[in-house]
Amino acid sequence: MKIVVIGNGMAGARAVEEILARDRDGVEIAMFGDEPYGNYNRILLSNVLNGSQDARSIFLNNLAWYVENDVTLHAGVRAVSVDRDARVVHGENGIAETYDTLVFATGSRPFVPPIAGADKPGVFVFRTVDDCARIADWAGGCENAVVIGGGLLGLEAARGLMTHGVDVTVVEAAPYLMPQQLDAEGGVMLARTMEQMNVRVVTRATTTAILGGDRVEGVQLADGTVLPCEILVISCGIRANIELSRDCGLATERGILVDDRMQSSDPSIYGVGECVQHRGMVYGLVAPLYDQARVLADVLTGASADARYTGSRLATKLKVMGVELASMGRLADVLPGDEVVSYCEPGRGVYKKLIIRNEKVVAGCLLGETDSAPALMSLYEKNGMAPERRADLLFGKPSQAGGDDILTMEPDALVCNCNQVTKSRIVEVIGQGKTSVLSIGGCTKAGSGCGGCRGLIQQCIEAFAGNIPPDPSAHWYVPAVPYAKAELTAEIRKRGLRSVSAVFDALASGKDDPASKPGLASLLKSIWHDQYEDERDSRFINDRVHANIQKDATFSVVPRMYGGITTPDELRRIADVADRYNVPMVKVTGGQRLDLLGVKKEDLPNIWKELGMPSGHAYTKAFRTCKTCVGTDFCRYGVGDSTSLGIKIERRFQGVEFPHKVKTAVSGCPRNCAEATVKDIGVVAVEGGWEIMVGGAAGSKVRAADLLARVGTHEEAIQLIGRFMQYYRENARYLERTYGFVERLGIAHLRDVLVNDSEAICVHLDKEIQASVDAFVDPWLEAEQPTHPAQFKGSTVIPLVELAATIR
Amino acid sequence: MSAPAIIADLARPATRTGLGVKQTEVRVAAVDAIPIGEGRAFHVGEHTIAIFRLRGGALRAMDNVCPHRGGPLSEGIVGAGTVLCPFHAWKFELATGECHTEPCKIRTFPVREEHGAIFVRLSA
Repeated sequence: MKIVVIGNGMAGARAVEEILARDRDGVEIAMFGDEPYGNYNRILLSNVLNGSQDARSIFLNNLAWYVENDVTLHAGVRAVSVDRDARVVHGENGIAETYDTLVFATGSRPFVPPIAGADKPGVFVFRTVDDCARIADWAGGCENAVVIGGGLLGLEAARGLMTHGVDVTVVEAAPYLMPQQLDAEGGVMLARTMEQMNVRVVTRATTTAILGGDRVEGVQLADGTVLPCEILVISCGIRANIELSRDCGLATERGILVDDRMQSSDPSIYGVGECVQHRGMVYGLVAPLYDQARVLADVLTGASADARYTGSRLATKLKVMGVELASMGRLADVLPGDEVVSYCEPGRGVYKKLIIRNEKVVAGCLLGETDSAPALMSLYEKNGMAPERRADLLFGKPSQAGGDDILTMEPDALVCNCNQVTKSRIVEVIGQGKTSVLSIGGCTKAGSGCGGCRGLIQQCIEAFAGNIPPDPSAHWYVPAVPYAKAELTAEIRKRGLRSVSAVFDALASGKDDPASKPGLASLLKSIWHDQYEDERDSRFINDRVHANIQKDATFSVVPRMYGGITTPDELRRIADVADRYNVPMVKVTGGQRLDLLGVKKEDLPNIWKELGMPSGHAYTKAFRTCKTCVGTDFCRYGVGDSTSLGIKIERRFQGVEFPHKVKTAVSGCPRNCAEATVKDIGVVAVEGGWEIMVGGAAGSKVRAADLLARVGTHEEAIQLIGRFMQYYRENARYLERTYGFVERLGIAHLRDVLVNDSEAICVHLDKEIQASVDAFVDPWLEAEQPTHPAQFKGSTVIPLVELAATIR
Repeated sequence: MSAPAIIADLARPATRTGLGVKQTEVRVAAVDAIPIGEGRAFHVGEHTIAIFRLRGGALRAMDNVCPHRGGPLSEGIVGAGTVLCPFHAWKFELATGECHTEPCKIRTFPVREEHGAIFVRLSA
């Protein structure tokens, strides 16, 4: 069957995909698309406009896809006439395609109200990828922008313009923003949120004239106000492109009239997408269009003879101006006798409303907080009975933790609304081994619509990728060696495996997966201390040259400064080295020491020698620092000698390697100026002793440390810290920070084991950590004794003379 | 043979023209100049080449610059016939230059050992 599709937008291209998925061999497909591109995700154009995505990354079907799938695409060729008797479609350049079946997927165009001056330079609509490019181009020289139209698209255009550094005013004719999705209260809430983002909002305003000479200079409103602007985006809604279908005699109203089989008034012609009117509805959201495309494909290929499209209940979840919004039905459609449930929290810009009729939700919105959206939208789409406690729909059941709780979500609840992908489908493909957002999207399309569900997909991966029974690799210490940490350690000891190569040979059939090497190298050092073959090639570059590689392949040098305390002599040495080696930047670090940045690899050994200070280990998964605040040395509030304890801790544990970096601090009193309570191990001086706290973090994750114990003396503190460290080393996963480890095991358990010695292992822990301490060697001594002559060699230039001499 | 001219490009008469492409072989270093299992970078004419000395004795050579953010592949970790870029762990096949992380490919160079020295073959 020869099918011609007029229109290569999201509906047309999806219809073609669905057809090919059902009957690739039985069809021949040709398409006309008036944009000279493949099919791209129009919803993500606002990301392209605001610069957060590259235009290339929003393509769903690039031009190569059509070739690979034997679809003839006339890209950039508008269809200009259809001869229904001869069954031919004519393109504007003379190309003609005959058809057995014709599908109209002509979409919509932006509606431009008849305002004088709408054709001036600097006035744009916002529909295509070319529009984005033109707007971005023009916005460069502009100070003020006006967007006419305060619906979803207008607000997205406003956000995009803001990132180009213009002041934006949104003009909306209705009394409030987003009149399709919100009511007066919600619209006002949204406007307030936007004003806080420095976007001006003017409502109940109609534009009567666009002002300017050879380019736009402003707009005039009905009440006489003039808003100056150098760029104007018109976003007043869309109109279906039905001229071609009308010209060839099909029945149309606001869209091409189609029945439940997507068939038009001509039995060989069908329609799909924004250009069709079905049961009185013309849809502008993507989920209904994809539903229509599925039904169309079933009907055309005969895959499911009874397939019918019965309309869509419009539930959408999206982000407008960075604000989350879930919207169902139309809030304005409220009848007397309806039950209206609402919640308004102006401080956070949260507004939630439900309209309930006959115990069913007929419309609703969640603005500013959408935790309960999955359950609410699922209920709405299934037209289910509302729970007795209506608040459950607005806030989720009390037992649910904050956020979209992926574990309590129903299996058939939708994770991705745009593409109608359920949680159970996602869990299914995770079980098939797809454990990245990209690969899951590759086979289900989840996340490829508005993209708003990608975080939820990631949560699915985290929740289920480790729980699928046939995949024990979630527990392996490193990806390519099939043992969890405890068993791996036991095998290494039992078989006497003293090198990374030996581990691969004995336990992974010799396959030396590079990603597994650093973890194994670290583990071997923990087990054997210095009694093993240290294969340097299994280390990450930082650990080969004991410095942190930077973005230009130079290195950062951080000498150790115990407890954050230095001397004038040390400072002079650092300054001299910085001068002598033309170090581009000297910076004070968060770890209370100094960083020399921009150092060439070859200069590392000499710099270390001239500094005469040991490595600060700022580049590796090991003990980093012990920050201090000054304590009883000088501070009038100090209740303990924090500086000397901090220095003792740092001297003792410097360089001990762990599954991840370990940062510590000692504060001289509960004011905690060393921020010890957000450290992996933090010590706080209190009257009569020291509080030892573990599992804190203040980086990409912020977590307050848990109190492990209170001790009396420096010695007791150091002993307990050492036990915690050793227990962490033996039991944490590779790359698990203490904040994850402590949360996973629980502070009560840790207290039992480390303070109460419930497992009788404290003697062992003390011994092991002492062995590591005893085995410590400052890696910067390799300046005197490199492991290889080329250890610090950067790149070698093969001199031209030598080059000529060796050419053969 | 006359004394070799000092030339800036590699358009000297080549040993093999094979498919009509001029090729030149250059000695870059002693094999021992590269720590076993690691890579090092060499500027040869207009190329910057990462040469890897695999455990087991094989040599591999490829363009040193990662197409992602320009990381030095010679400083990466090698294993299972691949190398991981030290910047963001993009993974490349040593033999073919194909990337496992994004669809792209970097240039590889034929490389061999003779009498303890590494020779890389370049096309003009």
